[in-house]
Amino acid sequence: MATIEVDGTSYEVDGDRNLLDACLGLGLDLPYFCWHPTLGSVGSCRQCAVRVYANAEDTRGRLVMSCMTPVTDGQRLSIRDPESQAFRDKSIEVTMANHPHDCPVCEEGGECHLQDMTIMSRHTERRYRGLKKTYTNQYLGPCISHEMNRCIACYRCVRFYNDYAGGKDLAVLASKENVYFGRHEDGCLESGFSGNLVEVCPTGVFTDKTLSRSYNRKWDLQSAPSICSSCSLGCNISPGERQGRIKRIVNRYHHDINGYFICDRGRFGYDYTNADQRIQHCSIRQSADVTEEAPDYRDAINAIAVELAGAATGGNLIAIGSDRLSVEANFALQTLVDEDNFYSGMDPVQHQLLQSVLGIYRRPGIHAPTLREIESADAVLILGEDLVNSAPRMALSVRQATRNLSFELARKSQIPLWQDTSVRNLAQDRRSPLMILSVAGTDLDAIASLRLSAAADDIARLGFAVARCLSDRAPAVPNLSPDLESTAAGIADCLLRAKNPVIISGTSCNTPSVVESAAQVAMALSLAKSNGQIRPSWLSYVLPAANSLGLAMLQEGNDDNHLERAMQRVLANPGQCTALILQNDLYARAEPSRVDAFFGNLKSCIVLDQQPNRTTDRANILVPTQTDFETEGTLVNNEGRAQRYFEVFATDNPSLRDNWKTIANMAKAWVNPGTGQGLPESLLALARCENFDDLIALLKNRGGLFGHWDRAAPNAAFRIAGLKIPRMPHRYSGRTSLRANIRVAEAKQPEDRDSPLGFTMEGAPINIPGALTPGFWSPGWNSGESLNKFQDEINGHLKGGDPGLRLLQSPAATDMSAATSSDWFSVPAATPTAANGRLLAVSLPRLFDGEVLSALSPALAQRAELPQLEIHPETAAAVGLVEGHIATIRLESCQLKLPLRFNPRVASGLVAVPADVKTAGILPPVLLPAAVTIE
Amino acid sequence: MTELIASTANLPAAGEIEPLTPEERAEIEHEISHYPNRQAATIEALKIVQKYQRWVSDGKVKAIAEVLDISPDAVDAVATFYNRIYRQPVGQKVLAICDSVSCWLLGCTELMDHASRSLDIEPGETSSDGRFTLLPTPCLGACDRAPVMKFEDKLITNLTAETLDWILKS
Repeated sequence: MATIEVDGTSYEVDGDRNLLDACLGLGLDLPYFCWHPTLGSVGSCRQCAVRVYANAEDTRGRLVMSCMTPVTDGQRLSIRDPESQAFRDKSIEVTMANHPHDCPVCEEGGECHLQDMTIMSRHTERRYRGLKKTYTNQYLGPCISHEMNRCIACYRCVRFYNDYAGGKDLAVLASKENVYFGRHEDGCLESGFSGNLVEVCPTGVFTDKTLSRSYNRKWDLQSAPSICSSCSLGCNISPGERQGRIKRIVNRYHHDINGYFICDRGRFGYDYTNADQRIQHCSIRQSADVTEEAPDYRDAINAIAVELAGAATGGNLIAIGSDRLSVEANFALQTLVDEDNFYSGMDPVQHQLLQSVLGIYRRPGIHAPTLREIESADAVLILGEDLVNSAPRMALSVRQATRNLSFELARKSQIPLWQDTSVRNLAQDRRSPLMILSVAGTDLDAIASLRLSAAADDIARLGFAVARCLSDRAPAVPNLSPDLESTAAGIADCLLRAKNPVIISGTSCNTPSVVESAAQVAMALSLAKSNGQIRPSWLSYVLPAANSLGLAMLQEGNDDNHLERAMQRVLANPGQCTALILQNDLYARAEPSRVDAFFGNLKSCIVLDQQPNRTTDRANILVPTQTDFETEGTLVNNEGRAQRYFEVFATDNPSLRDNWKTIANMAKAWVNPGTGQGLPESLLALARCENFDDLIALLKNRGGLFGHWDRAAPNAAFRIAGLKIPRMPHRYSGRTSLRANIRVAEAKQPEDRDSPLGFTMEGAPINIPGALTPGFWSPGWNSGESLNKFQDEINGHLKGGDPGLRLLQSPAATDMSAATSSDWFSVPAATPTAANGRLLAVSLPRLFDGEVLSALSPALAQRAELPQLEIHPETAAAVGLVEGHIATIRLESCQLKLPLRFNPRVASGLVAVPADVKTAGILPPVLLPAAVTIE
Repeated sequence: MTELIASTANLPAAGEIEPLTPEERAEIEHEISHYPNRQAATIEALKIVQKYQRWVSDGKVKAIAEVLDISPDAVDAVATFYNRIYRQPVGQKVLAICDSVSCWLLGCTELMDHASRSLDIEPGETSSDGRFTLLPTPCLGACDRAPVMKFEDKLITNLTAETLDWILKS
């Protein structure tokens, strides 16, 4: 720590920071452009000048750029002295000379850092009367608009896109006053993190094209704290709504997870919620060809209750949950039908994989790291995950982790870590070790110290061999080639030497041995590193969906209640069972023919869903569900953090209710007609749930992992000075006239009985808990940079606390030496080499079209590559296949035709099948890996 | 109105690659052998292509990127940074008149105007007969003999309107 004196007041600050960072962290107003909390300082914009004094006697001082000046103990400086103020004013006047006067039509207006800084610098009059520079803009794809005239050359875009995110197709072109930030030719920005340019750019050069289709200012958008549901990481987001449509998504800072950045799938994948094809009304199919469209919601629920009651008495009621929906919705369904009749909706392998992951996370010696912790790792081992496609934000964290060597070198050379250019120059291409074992190569391979492609079981065998090298108590791996033995020894050595190694794996391979081998490495590493005191190893699993772990927790210890069991039960009792299916297209979950048989043998099928699909086509009664933007709930991310998301806006469709509420209403209708006698108490309790907190209380009663469920976020009774927290910015315009075309009188604002947030502009503006912060704004700071005011220090924790509740804490230090042979997983056999034209088909996750809902967004669909089968050229030659030809792969019950592409990174003997939603509709990825014929 | 699942990508097609000639490729490979990584030869590669083509087209930028194993954007960032790498076709001869301070004090503005009028083009343009391209250039390091001009690879010192006329007529 160091003491600095700013304009006569003394402060304690972190001595490792620069002056700008320290001043902003103290909540002081000091303008800047090129500096960014995670990108460091380059000193190019000259906007953050302050006066520093040499000592107590010095009265003249000198102007310095605060972002390039380290904090020193006893430093005196002034932000308010007239000369530094004048310097900043003139500096911004020069910056603005070429900036257009187009704020009224610029999409950044109202949340523009340049606007804020111009006003803060008191540059209020433009004297320059000459011509301004004009540029030709580029087409950058369906997500980002480009308006180079507004550029102030702060270089933040390329520093984020290339240096931070590893992008290759954005460059600084030309020089001096002609400098141009763009691509070498028009075309879609390739990086899966390009959307962050919208927030990184301090002005309107890069703006959100999906917002501009139907544009609103930031102050006209209603927001609520939300959690991205397009992968298992649980990034915090802030969606903006106007007139019943989600208009855009911006990052909502979470210290431990997403920090300042989210991926493009999370940012641009929201359009499914606005889709015309959404299911809007209930429907009841009386017979095969008579469907009653749009019965009243109440009638539909009553009809369902009759079905449920009838089926339940015969013991023929089953329900299928969803790993995409909240814990609460799944819990309500589980309570409605009773635990024994509730099935996860996952195929057996995936179901058991998730139970296995949950069990591993709860072992001593294992710690599930946050993304922030992964970023601090100095060695990373990835087993079988293509992170860029399966958990994009984690790939960005791993990329930063490889820079820890450069920070180490900088520390040795006494270069401050925020001196971005110097640190990068010092390290050149040297990176911390990143070791990737994958089935078909990954986009992180370019910065990996070791990359190896192999079939899943062979990846696992190598993992087990690493574990064996780390601890000779782990079982040995038979029949491993000397080459692989030495590779394993190398990896083990690397993990041992690292201070904070992290092991990453996941469910993408759909192979238990891969998940187990990662745990084996972590356990062996804990043993190897323990000297009396056990130090938990960092082990992170990437999971299939946003609430995979939450659903697994609801079924903890139950390896059996998966989709296959449900199907077996239905097929064993043809024409008897009634199934209640919660937002889960079963055709993407099992062999299509088997799903057909399942539906064919049901007595009645009740489906709750938001988008039409092949499962909703089979429903006898269909009830629409809300998207995550329209309801509240809790998702458990891949590290076991329960995070609450809230309704962004109230829908006015009477058939669209909260998903948990619809299920509670079914319970109510079931119990009401005096049939309550003999029904289980849990069902009666569910029927009594009037609001979300009632349901939370029920869930909390389960105890165990759910024992503190109410702590994930404050409940609906929470108030600040007696006030709710407003969802609308205080400048929200047109509230009284928004619906004037329907009715002149202003509509009553909807009530929210389920959360402490209000659908209004009025309410508590300050001291909001982190979990309830809809977005960031502070007086004088209209842009997202206002975040500085919400953190305890720059890049630190939110003052209101980090949102969410970690459910899985490492057990207290246990003596790992007690680990017995039964704690070790057993080693799988090597994958047999391809024979008789048969290959092993594996599934590859896809960033833009790999997740069911976000893939419906046109902006993402356009960015997705055409699906192709990928194969190693030598493997192709061995089975006589030619690149570019349409190849057909056959499983027992499915066949798939796709063009063939050669990719030398695919492991030999494998054919890689894209897991995009269209291909998954024909060949569900859960059927892979499997031996296939190919021709 | 939101239409779900747009059909296949209808993004604009990227420009064609213009393959390197065998001579260009050989010389670039030779330069690469001098450096620890291929990217380091970017400037030399651009100079080699310009030596043969007199300018560097978009297609050649892509070809260079391919041989250096970097993105075309990274090549173009270098190519556009240097004003003597031509990203548009130039005339048979290039006149580059220095406009830095010493030459400015000694009348380069008038010389530029003179050349401009004589060729009937603005600085940065090529004469209609394709013979000359007129460019301004920053300091050429010969301030003691200002004003100066680079004429192809020759340095013309103590430049006068007469010298310019003589060059333009020759």
